[in-house]
Amino acid sequence: MKKFFAQSYLWLLLALLYAPIIIIGVFSFTEAKVLGNWTGFSTKLYTSLFSGGVSGGLLSAVENTLTIALIAAAVSTLLGSIAAIGIHNMRGRKRQVITFLNNIPMLNPDIITGISLFLLFVSIGLTQGYITVVLAHIAFCTPYVVLSVMPRLQQMNPNIYEAALDLGATPFQALRKVIIPEIRPGMISGFILAFTLSIDDFAVTIFTKGNQGLETLSTFIYADARKGGLTPELRPLSTIIFVTVLLLLIIINVRSRRAARKMENI
Amino acid sequence: MKFNIFSRRSSWALPYALFLGFFVALPLVLIVIYAFTNSAGEFSMVNFRKFLLQPEAVNTFIYSIGIALVTTFLCILLGYPAAYILSNKSLNRSQTTVLLFILPMWINILVRTLATVALFDFVHLPLGEGALIFGMVYNFLPFMIYPIYNTLQKMDHSLIEAAEDLGAKPSTVFWKVTVPLSMPGVTSGIMMVFMPTISTFAIAELLTMNNIKLFGTTIQENINNGMWNYGAALSLIMLVIIGITSLFSDGDEQSQNEGGII
Repeated sequence: MKKFFAQSYLWLLLALLYAPIIIIGVFSFTEAKVLGNWTGFSTKLYTSLFSGGVSGGLLSAVENTLTIALIAAAVSTLLGSIAAIGIHNMRGRKRQVITFLNNIPMLNPDIITGISLFLLFVSIGLTQGYITVVLAHIAFCTPYVVLSVMPRLQQMNPNIYEAALDLGATPFQALRKVIIPEIRPGMISGFILAFTLSIDDFAVTIFTKGNQGLETLSTFIYADARKGGLTPELRPLSTIIFVTVLLLLIIINVRSRRAARKMENI
Repeated sequence: MKFNIFSRRSSWALPYALFLGFFVALPLVLIVIYAFTNSAGEFSMVNFRKFLLQPEAVNTFIYSIGIALVTTFLCILLGYPAAYILSNKSLNRSQTTVLLFILPMWINILVRTLATVALFDFVHLPLGEGALIFGMVYNFLPFMIYPIYNTLQKMDHSLIEAAEDLGAKPSTVFWKVTVPLSMPGVTSGIMMVFMPTISTFAIAELLTMNNIKLFGTTIQENINNGMWNYGAALSLIMLVIIGITSLFSDGDEQSQNEGGII
């Protein structure tokens, strides 16, 4: 009986949490302009979304979001992994300082990160646009890569690296053949995480995108929603975003579970 | 010489250290500099004076704190039982339900907000303060459930058994053992809900049809209108509030680090 109430409470809360998303998903398959009107099953909103029927800007926003996320994730994975190896070998005060700085972008509210970077870019006179958005995304994604790579380094047996050096490997070979294979799962998780965070970002992007007309998905949705409620094409768009995030999460989860199982077996 | 650099692996962090200095530390210093200077670049308290003398800005500030407190309170009220049930093996065994609660954390906040607007439209409820609070709770509830769930999960269950063996009633066990032991999770949940709610912008506009302004929106408007110094001062005020909040959860870094990523 107690269990029944407990489970009912959970599912009621879940229903409430998912109701808005489900409504959007369901009504993305009908043509009606106003949400809540069901005028029969149709995929017209999906086709008009991708044929640029709603506005040409949407497709370029999708493209920007994806390329920015790819570049930001790739650079932060590289930068973060090298940094993690360095931090792992640091001791004392220096390590404390760099760990503290690394935590700041994760603890800071997005709006503060966005404004602080905005002030940086205007102060050094860098025209805001694609490049500044990419730099900003690298800045807030890299800490997460460092955090996903560090545990792998801590689990690694430090003697293997020394052994490789003793056996005549150059430090670069030892890095490529010993360290990288060990930390690769962390790098991949970090990459996926950075990619997701970058796609998802709104607050930092809006302050660093400048006024040259650059839009990512988030800022496009924001601008569109401000113009006048819900454009019908936002329904299929939100649904696609939701499904994509869902898939990415399942991948991350399966990966981390598999890693956990592997650890147990060892 | 190249080999020397490679063999001291601690120096590999150097590029990132420089990067952090330039893109994390310097920008924050700039907020402080802008906040304490006027538009001519001279040291001045004019921005803070302006804030204190504008009843509208102060009211928005107080109102935002109020909304953040109400949201945080509702999230504890709704989220604690959920986290408790999820972590209790006799009430819930399914790992999938846990994942279902965490999932919404990863959906774009604007998409979630538009979904809330859609829901209110769908059931013909007016947008406004009610929608704002619902939307905030909806957006941030998973951030409350997850850390509490995490602490409850790691809790030493023999303490509960000990209390039961010593004759405590279930309600006494709950209030005297479970709740105190789960406090680290609650504080980090409060951080994860209060901080984004107080700093939110954009979503309040969408949920209230521009009728209610929150502090984040005020900051954004000032930055957008070229009032960088004033905007920076308001950001600094927000940072101070957040800094004060985070003092309360200082000892809780560990649980946050462990619970950070899914």
